[in-house]
Amino acid sequence: MDAARPVVAVSGAGKTYDNGTRALAAVTLDVARGEFVVLLGPSGCGKTTLLRMTAGLLPPTDGAVRWWGAPAPPDDDDHRLAMVFQSPTLMPWARVQANVRLPLDLARVERRTADARAAEALAGVGLAQDQERYPRELSGGMQMRVSIARALAVRPALLLMDEPFAALDEFTRHRLDDDLLALWQRQALTVLFVTHGIQEAVYLATRVIVMAAQPGRVIADVPIDLPHPRAPAVRGTPAFAAHCAHLSSLVAAASAGPA
Amino acid sequence: MNAPAHLGVLRLAAPLGVAVLLLAAWQAAVMLWEVPFYIVPAPTRILATLWDDRALLAASLGVTASVALAALALAVVAGVLTAFVFAQSRIIEASLLPYAILLQVTPIVAIAPLIIIWVKDTRTALVLCAAVVAIFPIISSTSLGLRSVDPGLADLFRMSRASRLQVLLRLRIPSALPYFFAGLRVASGLALIGAVVAEFVAGTGGQGAGLAYQILMAGIELNIPRLFAALVVITSAGVALYAAVGLLARLALGGWHDSEVTEVR
Ligand SMILES: Nc1ncnc2c1ncn2[C@@H]1O[C@H](COP(=O)(O)OP(=O)(O)OP(=O)(O)O)[C@@H](O)[C@H]1O
Ligand SMILES: [Mg+2]
Repeated sequence: MDAARPVVAVSGAGKTYDNGTRALAAVTLDVARGEFVVLLGPSGCGKTTLLRMTAGLLPPTDGAVRWWGAPAPPDDDDHRLAMVFQSPTLMPWARVQANVRLPLDLARVERRTADARAAEALAGVGLAQDQERYPRELSGGMQMRVSIARALAVRPALLLMDEPFAALDEFTRHRLDDDLLALWQRQALTVLFVTHGIQEAVYLATRVIVMAAQPGRVIADVPIDLPHPRAPAVRGTPAFAAHCAHLSSLVAAASAGPA
Repeated sequence: MNAPAHLGVLRLAAPLGVAVLLLAAWQAAVMLWEVPFYIVPAPTRILATLWDDRALLAASLGVTASVALAALALAVVAGVLTAFVFAQSRIIEASLLPYAILLQVTPIVAIAPLIIIWVKDTRTALVLCAAVVAIFPIISSTSLGLRSVDPGLADLFRMSRASRLQVLLRLRIPSALPYFFAGLRVASGLALIGAVVAEFVAGTGGQGAGLAYQILMAGIELNIPRLFAALVVITSAGVALYAAVGLLARLALGGWHDSEVTEVR
């Protein structure tokens, strides 16, 4: 029955912050199980706001968000949400392994199970050797992978990512994009991913939601029909270029003047 | 030689070099102009006095140091508790912080006589005075620390449905530790100063003969070398206390906090 319901359903949800900023006008968006949905838009168009709403961290001021049809994310192991932030957001006082285990510890998962899952998640991002190190001893890309491992360790039914690779160099970003796609396929993840990179959006997504600013809103919902699994070579194909051109014309049209 | 070790040696050698130079200049000046020892004693004379009066000075140091340490312990316990109360709500903090500031800006010499009159036991009175002097940096830095939580980590804890207690133990307290130790460093010096000032106010009537008492008596008796010797002992005690707190901070934060990571990046 879960398969039929959208993992997260945003219906007419808007957000006006306390200071009067209209960050998001009524947005409607469904994410189905197994999708890789990318939110694409310029800075300040409300991507983070929308993502935090779908994480249950920010109540909408109008409209509603539902998770598997329920008004709040269900509190059980099959319906966990996990978020990867723009910066690694690790606890500097805890070793890598303890950082990854944190959400499991907080959910009072038994120690042995938690250790095993943390080890598995770290191996999944290629950091099996670095469990006992402190975050400050890792490079930026490695720290980002730790934070992805932390999100994966809870075996999330919905993985939310807010420009996770924006601060990294292009080589590292491309490699992490590939790693993420592999994980998404292998573990049948459902992902909602924020970026302002058009190429990254096309490379990753099964569907791209294009957003515009002032007020933040959704202006297009574009399925990306490139076949999976995707390899770096797909970036050179005409179909890829056509998708990129289409998305960039949508973004340009939206920022050219008031719609 | 690698950079960190080089820096460590420099950190010790440079100030010691300055000390040697200054002391040599002092010694030379006293000898050259034949300054009488009851005005400015030569470093060698102070050293001799330190040795001759070692029993007396050590006993006095014991009295003053025990007051300072007790005051520091009291300031830590009361200050940290106050910071936790402040961290509970902005309203509590807003209504109580002005009084903490009031306590901070009131000169201790002005309230010490009152405390000494009100509290029967002199030692307890001295400890209270010194604690009043030392408590503010503990309160202000710890409560700042308890609020300086990475907002992303706070989101993570919320998404994981962490309880208030889990947030406190696993997020707020570790986040506050570096701030607490910064406050403790300042407070350790203040506790010693507070103890000495309070002893001065208690005057010669007090039963415990601390270092301030020795300075007071030496002044009255014009025993200037002993006055200097007592001063040296107080200063050394302050430096030792500061170093001890630094060591404690290093033990607690050494692995992870930037302020305690020795290598230069
Ligand atoms: N806590 C807040 N209080 C008031 N206004 C806010 C708050 N957070 C965001 N905003 C405003 O809401 C709008 C959307 O912000 P949001 O962070 O969602 O944008 P974004 O699309 O994630 O941008 P970026 O790509 O730069 O991260 C902006 O105009 C911003 O100034
Ligand atoms: Mg953002």
